[in-house]
Amino acid sequence: MKDHYQLLVIGAGPAGLAAAAEAARLGLDVALVDEQKAPGGQIYRNVGSIQEPVSTYLGKDYLRGKPLVEEFLQSGATYINSASVWYLDERLETGLLIDGASHFITAERLILATGAQERPMPLPGWQLPGVMTAGAGQILLKSAAMIPSRRVVLAGSGPLLLLIAWQYLQVGVKIGAIIDTTPGSGFSKLLPYLPRALPAFDYLLKGLSFILAIKKAGIPVYKAVADLRAEGHESLESVSFTTGLGDGNKRTEIDMEAETLLLHQGVIPNLRLPLAAGCELEWDALQQSWKIVKDIWGQSSVDQVLVAGDCAGIVGARAGELQGRLCALQAAHQLKKIDLQPRDRAATRIKRSLQRHLSIRPFLDTLYPPAKAYQLPDDETLVCRCEEVNAGQIREAARMGCVGPNQVKAFTRCGMGPCQGCLCGSTVSALIADETGASMEQVGYFRVRPPFKPITLGELANT
Amino acid sequence: MFRLVDETSVDTLKLSIEGREYDVPVGISVAAAVLLCGITRLRNTPVSGSPRLPYCMMGICFDCLMTIDGFPNQQACQLEVRENMTIEIQQGAAELLQQR
Repeated sequence: MKDHYQLLVIGAGPAGLAAAAEAARLGLDVALVDEQKAPGGQIYRNVGSIQEPVSTYLGKDYLRGKPLVEEFLQSGATYINSASVWYLDERLETGLLIDGASHFITAERLILATGAQERPMPLPGWQLPGVMTAGAGQILLKSAAMIPSRRVVLAGSGPLLLLIAWQYLQVGVKIGAIIDTTPGSGFSKLLPYLPRALPAFDYLLKGLSFILAIKKAGIPVYKAVADLRAEGHESLESVSFTTGLGDGNKRTEIDMEAETLLLHQGVIPNLRLPLAAGCELEWDALQQSWKIVKDIWGQSSVDQVLVAGDCAGIVGARAGELQGRLCALQAAHQLKKIDLQPRDRAATRIKRSLQRHLSIRPFLDTLYPPAKAYQLPDDETLVCRCEEVNAGQIREAARMGCVGPNQVKAFTRCGMGPCQGCLCGSTVSALIADETGASMEQVGYFRVRPPFKPITLGELANT
Repeated sequence: MFRLVDETSVDTLKLSIEGREYDVPVGISVAAAVLLCGITRLRNTPVSGSPRLPYCMMGICFDCLMTIDGFPNQQACQLEVRENMTIEIQQGAAELLQQR
């Protein structure tokens, strides 16, 4: 590892792997930094050393990561694994924490590919032991070949919830129930997006095949769900909710025993490093999330910073990979490794393919909007898991005159814990906007400050 | 709470959690090991003392902070298990100065 590279890529998911491999091929001196011990990010996690039979259970889309990881490992790019980025500022100095020692790296260009995180789903009891994200369930399957040993219930909305249900069915996990919190958006809202989604017909077929498999397996699926709660004393004991078809129909109360509850309501960009680098944000009303302002090449509002994949706005693994390649072409052009014409020639095919993979997004975003109940939770529901601040306290701070999340943080400590707002940021902004009547753009988001990871003085001094 | 898909052919190593010895598969994270061993809490929160287990498993939520080999505030989901590792529940916030 050197202390300076022409190009530094952060994140070894599809976007980062493609960016680093492409950049190395174009002759750039490039290093890729990643927190995991093996390349793949969360979506292709552990794909390089996955064993049978788990690899089969995970499905074909997961195994697509294998050639990409190979391409990266053979590209000649420097790979810095098991390295946490604990520092990044607007001068683009990157601080890494590797095995108890801190290192600083500079680069002429930075490609941020830090991926997505699951959208927080605050509901009563979501902090209880036994409640996890659906992604966590998937990571346990991919990285440790582990599955829930007793009754597991899945709750929420979106493609990943269907995927993990399908994967669990392949392994033979008994799923107690699927609690579908998708608000009924109505077919009329979806129709305008359907023609545009048709080029990505394979995505639709895949989704349908998951739904059919779930139906065939006889797993109870509850729809039109409200009042979802995780209950238990020291750990999760049961999940309760009401279900009905709305429109004045009678609601049924249900209380079911569960040892594990996996929650999911879509993914949102992991904004921390782009924000730390000073990249400009914008609100995406359709995706109901923040994203990073960028052009088709991934150029952010900061000259030396490009962004690729889900960290800049949710696009999915395949589109993220293609965006990574475009970023690498642009960085290579900016650093005079490739002229304008060959850059554009190489980009033509990538852009066409990217268009196809992006065409499904508006349809998916309209099909699976996050439910209001878990964006604007009841007063008693914990919003900040670290500092244990509930929605009522945030509403009160907004009523007292706090106009944005940074003021709410000063008043309530919300977002001041070790996760630095990753698990409450989107909820806090939404609550303030709702309470004050301001727009999300007016309310804004938490300011991000290093250190991003707990680091001791000893580790800081140990270079 | 969680089990292995296939419990036969797995290489294991020995470590201790709260003073008790366990055999766990090589290559998994500390957080995965905690879940596999059926531990019911890995920390008590600094604010209310309520129990927590891993939530996101990907380094985002910091709900899996444990004391590992004497060092507090370690993200259990980001650390791989090692032979003879000593893993302890973290009680509230870490002490600033420690006797080692």
